[in-house]
Amino acid sequence: MLTLDLFVNAIVAGILLGGFLAAVSLGISIVFGYLDIVNIAHPAFVVLGSYAVYILNSTFGIDPLLAGIAMAAPFYLLGILIYRFYYAFFERHGAESLRGLVFFFGILFLVEVGLNITYGVDYRMVNAFYLGKSIEIGLVGIPYRLLIPFVAGVAMIFIVYLYLSKTFYGMAIQGVAQDSLAARLMGADPIKIKSVAFGMGMATASVAGALLIMISPIEPSMGREYIGRVFAIAVLGGMGSVVGTLVAAVLLGIAESLTSTFYSPSMAPAVSFGILLLVLAIRPSGIFGR
Amino acid sequence: MKKAALLILAVTVISGGLLLTAYIENQYFYFSTYIVLQYIILATAWNILGGYTGYVNFGTGAYFGLGAYTAGYLITNFNLPLPWLIVAGGTSSAVLGLAIGYLTLRLKGVYFSIATLAMSIVIATLIINTPALGGAKGMYILRPKEVSFFSNYMELLFATMVIIAVFTVALAWFIENSWFGRGLAAIRDDEVAAACNGVPVLRLKVLSATTSGALMGIAGAPYPYYISYMEPLSTISLDMAVNSLAMPLIGGTGSWIGPVLGAILLSTTQQVATVTISSEYNLLIVGILLVGFVILAPNGLVGLFQSLLKRRTD
Repeated sequence: MLTLDLFVNAIVAGILLGGFLAAVSLGISIVFGYLDIVNIAHPAFVVLGSYAVYILNSTFGIDPLLAGIAMAAPFYLLGILIYRFYYAFFERHGAESLRGLVFFFGILFLVEVGLNITYGVDYRMVNAFYLGKSIEIGLVGIPYRLLIPFVAGVAMIFIVYLYLSKTFYGMAIQGVAQDSLAARLMGADPIKIKSVAFGMGMATASVAGALLIMISPIEPSMGREYIGRVFAIAVLGGMGSVVGTLVAAVLLGIAESLTSTFYSPSMAPAVSFGILLLVLAIRPSGIFGR
Repeated sequence: MKKAALLILAVTVISGGLLLTAYIENQYFYFSTYIVLQYIILATAWNILGGYTGYVNFGTGAYFGLGAYTAGYLITNFNLPLPWLIVAGGTSSAVLGLAIGYLTLRLKGVYFSIATLAMSIVIATLIINTPALGGAKGMYILRPKEVSFFSNYMELLFATMVIIAVFTVALAWFIENSWFGRGLAAIRDDEVAAACNGVPVLRLKVLSATTSGALMGIAGAPYPYYISYMEPLSTISLDMAVNSLAMPLIGGTGSWIGPVLGAILLSTTQQVATVTISSEYNLLIVGILLVGFVILAPNGLVGLFQSLLKRRTD
């Protein structure tokens, strides 16, 4: 009975964790899947988002989730700026994506070191009246600090899904991803559309950052732990598939949660990276891949 | 002729290094130069796979750490002498390199890079969870008390690193100027075209990944004695991956001199910055230089120098 109890709780926690992981990975899925840009710095930007939320929360007492949504606008602009920069120095010259990858690797490092120098390595956290509470349903206890990130993460996935499949700009992004030249011949400006997509990816980083700091206290180099997870999810879900991202994230969340519960929390990173290695070696196009 | 000149250079560097130990008393000199030498080896090793073959490896820390932990295990359990540690460390990382080399069958470009990053975290996690390797607590290593030829163990380590570094650079030079290096260059430029022209693509890639891995493991083998306390997170660190990739990129990935130049410049700057400013800022310097060079001078210092020369002769 005790093990069943543990098992059910681990599964529920895994699903909740999955919703949050999907939010963190969404930006990678969009940018990697539609623009072919390996923004390896994305997890670092998520942590940057967490710090922005932390500042808003600790100085003005703004609710962390609202702060994350509010910060999405400046992050969107930052994303456009980064994409324009990337385009001017790499994409325009047809520079192979490896140089771009090294560029983002450097950016990852800079964001991390920058945060480290500014805020030190202390753990930071946010306050909100609901974060300490939880609800009990039968065997399962659901803490709000996991439930809210799950709901917000799933909602964000849903909104992005609707945006990409129903709106003009969303369809334009898909069009550019499929055939940039054809889109240009139809009179669309791929650079502008790609900047919107990159900006959107960055905007999700700010919301994901808010969710991250709700779940656990953060420190500057925390993004590293997520690099493996987000790429495992993005690859497993099939690049650019928003629904696939959610499914893969939930699978990974459950796998990690079971490992932590029944084996050891310190083995959890090996699970995600192990899955990533396996997927890359066996089926690089992912379960929902085209 | 050129070969003879380089041989003389290698012999001079080694004997010069050995002679230094007789004259320089200041132990800090050996302590900091060790790191510079270590990075010359790592950067050169990285370049064999990354620069010559075009497969960007984010997992330097894993190879280095595997070599270091193999050595650490052998020291604490069997007390093997240093040469055996180097052989064992090199062998275990060569096996890892071999496996990664076969991974290139399925994974190209960015996927390969992400896989190497994943691999280094898997290895770190495995070490954290292995009590025999000290786990997250780390492991203490005592240096042997008796040293022959040298006045203390640090000087012996320094001399060892000088020899390994010269050997590594010589190997890189040899690869570059042989059929092996030309095959690798063909793969870097266009893998399919190389295969069509009869280049044994897989064999060369595996050989290149194995060589690169083995050298990184060899660089890691003396590390337990150097640091005397090893802990997984700092031994298999992302900083090392960034450094050993930034150095060849800053120096220039095309030839053996690039990584050496980059390693000397960057790690000397870091050593100075660590002492005079702070260790955080030295990482900042690496990051800025890396991003700056990738954007403005993709061929590194060697490339800059070459284009300057060209402009002058035109």
